[in-house]
Amino acid sequence: MEKRVFFRNWWLPYLLVAPQVVITLVFFIWPAYQALEMSFFIEDAFGFSRNFVGFENFTRLFSDPGYLRSFWTTLVFGLTVTFLSMSMALALAVAANRVVRSATTYRTFLIWPYAVAPALAGVLWFFMMNPSLGIVAYMLESIWGYDWNHYINGNQALMMVIIAAAWKQISYNFLFFLAGLQSIPKSMIEAAAIDGASPTRRFWTIVFPLLSPTTFFLLVVNLVYAFFDTFAIIHATTSGGPADATSILVYRVYSTGFVGQDYGSSAAQSVVLMALVIGLTFVQFRYIERRVQY
Amino acid sequence: MVENRPWLGVLTHATLILGVAFLCFPVWMALVASTHPGEALSRSPIPLWFGDQGWENYAQLLTEGSPAVGGVDLSTMLLNSFIMAIGITVGKIAISLISAFAIVYFRFPFRMLFFWLIFITLMLPVEVRILPTYDVVASLGMLNSYSGLIIPLIASATATFLFRQFFLTIPDELVEAARIDRAGPIRFFWDILLPLSKTNIAALFIILFIYGWNQYLWPFLITTDQDLYTIVMGIQRMVNVGEGLPIWHLTMGTAILAMVPPVLVVLAMQRLFVKGLVESEK
Repeated sequence: MEKRVFFRNWWLPYLLVAPQVVITLVFFIWPAYQALEMSFFIEDAFGFSRNFVGFENFTRLFSDPGYLRSFWTTLVFGLTVTFLSMSMALALAVAANRVVRSATTYRTFLIWPYAVAPALAGVLWFFMMNPSLGIVAYMLESIWGYDWNHYINGNQALMMVIIAAAWKQISYNFLFFLAGLQSIPKSMIEAAAIDGASPTRRFWTIVFPLLSPTTFFLLVVNLVYAFFDTFAIIHATTSGGPADATSILVYRVYSTGFVGQDYGSSAAQSVVLMALVIGLTFVQFRYIERRVQY
Repeated sequence: MVENRPWLGVLTHATLILGVAFLCFPVWMALVASTHPGEALSRSPIPLWFGDQGWENYAQLLTEGSPAVGGVDLSTMLLNSFIMAIGITVGKIAISLISAFAIVYFRFPFRMLFFWLIFITLMLPVEVRILPTYDVVASLGMLNSYSGLIIPLIASATATFLFRQFFLTIPDELVEAARIDRAGPIRFFWDILLPLSKTNIAALFIILFIYGWNQYLWPFLITTDQDLYTIVMGIQRMVNVGEGLPIWHLTMGTAILAMVPPVLVVLAMQRLFVKGLVESEK
């Protein structure tokens, strides 16, 4: 879509886009290019010289069992976070869409965690699940005799960051599901009810299919969130441990680059991640955008 | 409600109450923990109801800070967070408004190139280009400064798209009228476009404020000077204390203080917040 009427001025528009474009070039495009370039070089330990090595950083990366495990961890983490937060949010949105009385009160209580920083969500659950005094760890121990210690047990550590990440994302999904539900015409549901369809049947045959644009949209957004925005949760709580069990890809880029000082490998990881975001963004705009109706 | 099924009503409320409980419980525990003296939190089970040390704990945090962060008081951290959040929000809105204005209301060579350039930023979150971005900021001498905290984060494809989308819905007659009245582009922008965009700006302000306040990785990378710590990032120093145990009552107090401003913004401006969230994701 374009405007029919516009202003004529040969310098003003450049001046207007300049701040945005300069910042984009300096802090986005240039560093991204640098990462791409660095990924083809290996730097010596002191940073004095570097050698062009072609794809060696990448081949080294993909033959590194630690990195491949990170890929797997990220996949498990991303899918579980997405599934947990979306399913809980959907259940809550369906319920909130049904209540007439106190609907606003419920909504208020359900949306505020959106404003909680991922880092803080991590810290809150880190406290709740602390093996020596966390309330959740205590209840697990005293009710089921389950021994919780995420400092030692990698799976438990992963579970803790999954719960924290999903917890934070429920509000966001809830709001979008609720908006989606409210746009479904009541008459369709009433027609199905008159035909004798039960509430469960109505949900799965009418509501859920009609929600699919929202669901697809949220699927991509949640995967992006779980893959990239959860760095803070990991960094503030488990620091990737124990024994790399919670070291997802974004955390690994950081730890390889800043802690391990292996710039070539960190750059190669950046490039892999960029490819991942570009792929997800492409999917979002190519296949989803047009089908989403608000 | 289509038909009356009492058990469904009960199930609905039960689901909602469980959901609210799940979302609120961690914050409840943090709030309770922050009102107890340190000793109360040294053995399990920890108290589920408020203690009497609340004022003392918060006063200590705000004036002296926690020993784990080397004695930076939280007032400073809150102020830093506030400056960063406002800086990012105002910066993003300002540069996105003018670039969307240029792209919609002017025809000039490379217009679409600029548009795609801005679009690309969507695909390059800080997390995937940490190291080179850090190098750029370091070589510009922006480490440990407010400008370093703010400027690299103010490019915004989302805000630019939102304003572009909105400008495209504004009738062309307004531009024609402005031109008949001999108003130039700047006058048009200032007197017509800006007042019309007020609601959009307000809605976006809320979303971006939360985004800015909750930044973690960026301030962590570029501030080594304790006086520039932001609260969301500073809390990590209290949690990762190496060999010892975190000082839980102070850490939880910090968590509460760090989440109060953005949560208040959401609660106070719920309607605008929902609008901003839904529109900025379109």
